[in-house]
Amino acid sequence: MNGGIKKRIRFMKAMNYGFAVLGLVSTFVGLILLGTLLLDLFMDGRERLTYSFLTSFPSRFAEEAGILSALVGSFLILVVTAAAAIPLGIAAGIYLEEYAPKNWFTDIVEINIANLAGVPSIVYGLLALGLFVYALKLGQSILTGGLTLALLILPMVIMATREAIRAIPTAIREGSYAVGATKWQTVQYHILPYSTGGILTGIIIGLSRAIGETAPLITIGSLTFIAFLPESPISGEFPFISLKWLSAPFTVLPIQMFNWVSRPQPEFQINAAAAGVILMLMTLLMNGLAIYIRYQFRKKIKW
Amino acid sequence: MVNEPALQTPKAEAKNLNFFYSAVHALKNIDLPIMRRKVTALIGPSGCGKTTFLRCFNRMHDLYPGNRYAGEILLYPEGRNIVSPEADPIEIRMSISMVFQKPNPFPKSIYENVAYGLRIRGISKKAVLDEKVEKSLRGAALWEEAKDRLQKSAFDLSGGQQQRLCIARALATDPRILLFDEPTSALDPTATTKIEELIIELKKEVTILIVTHNMQQAARVSDSTAFMYLGEIVEYDKTDKIFTAPSQRLTEEYITGRFG
Ligand SMILES: Nc1ncnc2c1ncn2[C@@H]1O[C@H](COP(=O)(O)OP(=O)(O)OP(=O)(O)O)[C@@H](O)[C@H]1O
Ligand SMILES: [Mg+2]
Repeated sequence: MNGGIKKRIRFMKAMNYGFAVLGLVSTFVGLILLGTLLLDLFMDGRERLTYSFLTSFPSRFAEEAGILSALVGSFLILVVTAAAAIPLGIAAGIYLEEYAPKNWFTDIVEINIANLAGVPSIVYGLLALGLFVYALKLGQSILTGGLTLALLILPMVIMATREAIRAIPTAIREGSYAVGATKWQTVQYHILPYSTGGILTGIIIGLSRAIGETAPLITIGSLTFIAFLPESPISGEFPFISLKWLSAPFTVLPIQMFNWVSRPQPEFQINAAAAGVILMLMTLLMNGLAIYIRYQFRKKIKW
Repeated sequence: MVNEPALQTPKAEAKNLNFFYSAVHALKNIDLPIMRRKVTALIGPSGCGKTTFLRCFNRMHDLYPGNRYAGEILLYPEGRNIVSPEADPIEIRMSISMVFQKPNPFPKSIYENVAYGLRIRGISKKAVLDEKVEKSLRGAALWEEAKDRLQKSAFDLSGGQQQRLCIARALATDPRILLFDEPTSALDPTATTKIEELIIELKKEVTILIVTHNMQQAARVSDSTAFMYLGEIVEYDKTDKIFTAPSQRLTEEYITGRFG
């Protein structure tokens, strides 16, 4: 064989190998950084990581302080965020993919949604302060907080929905229309069920981003010290469901963390680290769930 | 035969049909009868407009913007024009069903694939669905292979079985006309033979319009054949006539394989 070709093949193989090594290293940089961060937080906060840390209100004394109100706050905010962002986002995504005519107007809407996903979160905070707190007079409440974060993740939900829908082959739609289905029947029997995995993944990743958001909630006036829980959503008497918790003031995990970090006493830094571990774990758990759901749906539906 | 004249009535008829993909004039002045309970084959070189013509019959073109029909496809016995803007595409697709080139089962169970057309018509009684599903699967020669796995995913079937499942899906709603767009081009010879036998069997009940690239297939399954070229019908006649003594030179050149 011609020596030149052999040399060239050897060179290409070396390139191939070189890239594999480079890729591996890059992958590990991310993993190692994340691992170190988690470990470091854990080492700093480990003496506070007890059950009572989860079940205590904040306190002037670092050893007695806990994250109960922040945990409950984060959870309730997420409930509101999910309740608002999921139906709106999915409906908008379906409309844009399946119903909207393709013209300059929908092109503009499309570009805007993509841009919205990149708007700094504090800007959403300002918008929410003007809209929810002042104009709609919803107060500095759980409802306001949840709606603010819903605005923030809405573009993510819309884009996840659209991408999941776009993955469905045209042949499936045509198969449905060919036996006389309407657009809505096609959406109901095919588009929605087949895109559920992708949509859920997008929602969970959006929520896991929302759970770590601080700036927009501070902007709308979240408190940093809350030593009580909002009224329970379930009440003993008719109609058994109470919505008073929606108007309660709140704090959330990252804000509680921020509060502790900004105190001079070193004991509070331990609290902050412990809260950080919990927050990280929750985020990782949610992302893990997203990956699991995606895997399950991919297994079921292969195009 | 006694009912020969009755069988020779058209079920549908294209009259001066034109079709446009925005600016592309894809079908030009098409006149063609589709005989009742017969198989009509459409042949012609790639890009001549066979698929485009077929998809006019159940208004598939309405799914995409910019497409436009002109002229008529009359559906008999009523004689109404199914490509007029007043005709509702959904209503038309309810009686004119289609089987695609590549099998396109839904990622659902075999049972649900067949029952789909009935469900969207509001039929949900299990007994009715069970009966229809069995009848359609039998009609599509798939019952024996599928009866023990009705609740299994349609994706687990072979390509040929999937195509027969799609035929069953189309049959379940008792269509008046069945459209086939190269239904065997993605299948092996054995599966192809099965589908061809099935088509011959089906024409006892339904009117069939089939696009095919395969001349032998057209000769085997069809009663009459139309040869299309550049968006026009060049020749239409009884299938034996087209393949033995075509009257147009272009047709002859095509079926003898000199182009296309
Ligand atoms: N969506 C479309 N927009 C514009 N032009 C199209 C579109 N679809 C098809 N055409 C054009 O219309 C003509 C007819 O296409 P058609 O798909 O009907 O051909 P065909 O006879 O089915 O070919 P084949 O045997 O390859 O399937 C072709 O020239 C094609 O380029
Ligand atoms: Mg074609």
